[in-house]
Amino acid sequence: MFFKQPNGIIFAIKLETEIVQKSIYKNNFRFMKILICISKTPDTTSKIAFTDNNSKFSTDGVQWIINPYDEWYALVRAIEIKEADPSTILHLINVGGVESEPIIRKALALGGEEAIRVNSDVADSYFVASQIAQIAKEGNYDLIFTGKETIDYNGSSIGGMIAECLDIPFISHAVKFDIVNGNAVVVREIEGGEEIDSAPFPLVVSCQKGMAEQRIPNMKGIMGSRTKPLKVVEPVEISALTSVVSFDLPPAKAGVKLISADHPEELVRLLNEEAKAI
Amino acid sequence: MSVLIFIDIAEGKIKKASYEAASYGAAIAQQLGASANAIVLGKSDELLSLGNYGISKVYNLSNESLHHFDAQVFTKLIADANETIGADIFVFSNTTTGKSIAPRLSVRLKAGLVSGAVALPDTSNGFVVKKSVFSGKAFAHIAINSANKIIALNPNSFSVVKTEGVAEIIDLNLSIPAGKVAVQSVNKIIGDVPLSEADIVVSGGRGLKGPENWGIVTDLAKLLGAATACSRPVSDIHWRPHHEHVGQTGLAIAPNLYIAIGISGAIQHLAGVNRSKTIVVINKDPEAPFFKAADYGIVGDAFEVVPKMIDAIKKLKESV
Ligand SMILES: Cc1cc2nc3c(=O)[nH]c(=O)nc-3n(C[C@H](O)[C@H](O)[C@H](O)COP(=O)(O)OP(=O)(O)OC[C@H]3O[C@@H](n4cnc5c(N)ncnc54)[C@H](O)[C@@H]3O)c2cc1C
Repeated sequence: MFFKQPNGIIFAIKLETEIVQKSIYKNNFRFMKILICISKTPDTTSKIAFTDNNSKFSTDGVQWIINPYDEWYALVRAIEIKEADPSTILHLINVGGVESEPIIRKALALGGEEAIRVNSDVADSYFVASQIAQIAKEGNYDLIFTGKETIDYNGSSIGGMIAECLDIPFISHAVKFDIVNGNAVVVREIEGGEEIDSAPFPLVVSCQKGMAEQRIPNMKGIMGSRTKPLKVVEPVEISALTSVVSFDLPPAKAGVKLISADHPEELVRLLNEEAKAI
Repeated sequence: MSVLIFIDIAEGKIKKASYEAASYGAAIAQQLGASANAIVLGKSDELLSLGNYGISKVYNLSNESLHHFDAQVFTKLIADANETIGADIFVFSNTTTGKSIAPRLSVRLKAGLVSGAVALPDTSNGFVVKKSVFSGKAFAHIAINSANKIIALNPNSFSVVKTEGVAEIIDLNLSIPAGKVAVQSVNKIIGDVPLSEADIVVSGGRGLKGPENWGIVTDLAKLLGAATACSRPVSDIHWRPHHEHVGQTGLAIAPNLYIAIGISGAIQHLAGVNRSKTIVVINKDPEAPFFKAADYGIVGDAFEVVPKMIDAIKKLKESV
């Protein structure tokens, strides 16, 4: 919207999200609404240890980050879509307790108009996906982005579950995403190659490397993120289907057998005769 | 009670990971005194071979249109087929196809899902599946508490078991719903051995100094019938394609043999490769952290060591 100041200078103000949402249909053109799923994971250098009889991940001294696939690929690609078409609406969603809020703010510092936090502990992926599907249904989103997996539970299942809850298509492992003539065109990685798919909206896509380049939030983004709406909603009642019994760590390696750099043929012999690997 | 294994085919050929899933599903069935059956969506003339992996019945919907993958369609077909098959345990391989269908089927059948399984379930007290977590840095034991259960097995985590059985092929008669996803093209560009299924992986890091030096990696890989991989910075600076990036934020793999050349062994790299059975590290820095995670190592210059290794392997191959 443009305003003319008394001194004659014209300046623009950004439309408030609320107004944008109300005017979602303009000349029969519906603004694209994107929901980006944001998960909180331990930093990649965190010490992996367990407590309570090995039944819980030890959060002692753990730094929390936005799951890299969600941040680097899903969120940044969504921001790029909005940069190309500023009418696009970007909302972030996280299922988690209040301790998720720092990483939600960090995501908002990169982009997105508002975030929704479903206020609940995470029971299992079915529970999380059902909560997100509920919000997605109410909010009438066209596109839902997830990361290809979280780096802690490596489930790779939230996106597919959301899609089934909503009975809409799901394209996994996207390395490229574009909107062409109102349809999504997605390049997805498959074993030993790539596949190019197209699908109508609404749609769920899980994102991985190739989709976008990691960004660092700037000062303006960080300042702005503090005042962006972060809505807290209560979960719908869903029973989890699975539960964690315990964790364990892989057995330690016996120790490396060092072979002289002058005798690589000795390594080859050991790989053949001892390890039976070649 | 019965086990239904989803068998993934490409150009009519059954994938290696699907044979592992078949053997795994058959072992679960044996453990529970149940039968193990398979479902194949699409046309393949290899279906009878599933009898050699413990499968009793192969339910097949042989239709050309299924060669284009749409997870929504496949999920519905499996659920519809199961109305008559009546399985309650479903096994997938944890590949891009399995990861697309298994979560959907989980919602559809209200079946608890464990993806990334690495061992047979413990059924002594409930149904508990061991899976890889933290990109291979740890394992979790997850109980599936619902009546229907789904397991997606990590590739290279369960050895195929050959049996003498004979499979019976049963044609499914199902109407195929119209899919919304149109597959425009499939490009198999990545080489012969898909990284996730490869038995041997040769991987290069920043120590190789530049993409022009990758010849020693690809030569060694070719000689061993191996897939090639790389560390994250190598793919970030476009020395190698993204799909070769292994580690916590790339692909997690578990080959029989992983050969790391000029890779320091940062914690995020180790996360994706430490489930490899045998790890060989070639690095000129004796302090490189990778040596702590390795089975065999050579402290030396890759540009001298690797060509000598290649010669030694050639000699070995000639001698057998
Ligand atoms: C959030 C996050 C996620 C990450 N995820 C991943 C991931 O998924 N995968 C990943 O790989 N990394 C990941 N990283 C990066 C990781 O921390 C390391 O920076 C990276 O693995 C280092 O790559 P490199 O070993 O190739 O390079 P370097 O660390 O530069 O090591 C090069 C090695 O080559 C050796 N060398 C040099 N010259 C020679 C020679 N002539 N002969 C033999 N050896 C030689 C050196 O001694 C050195 O050890 C991640 C980092 C972060 C912060």
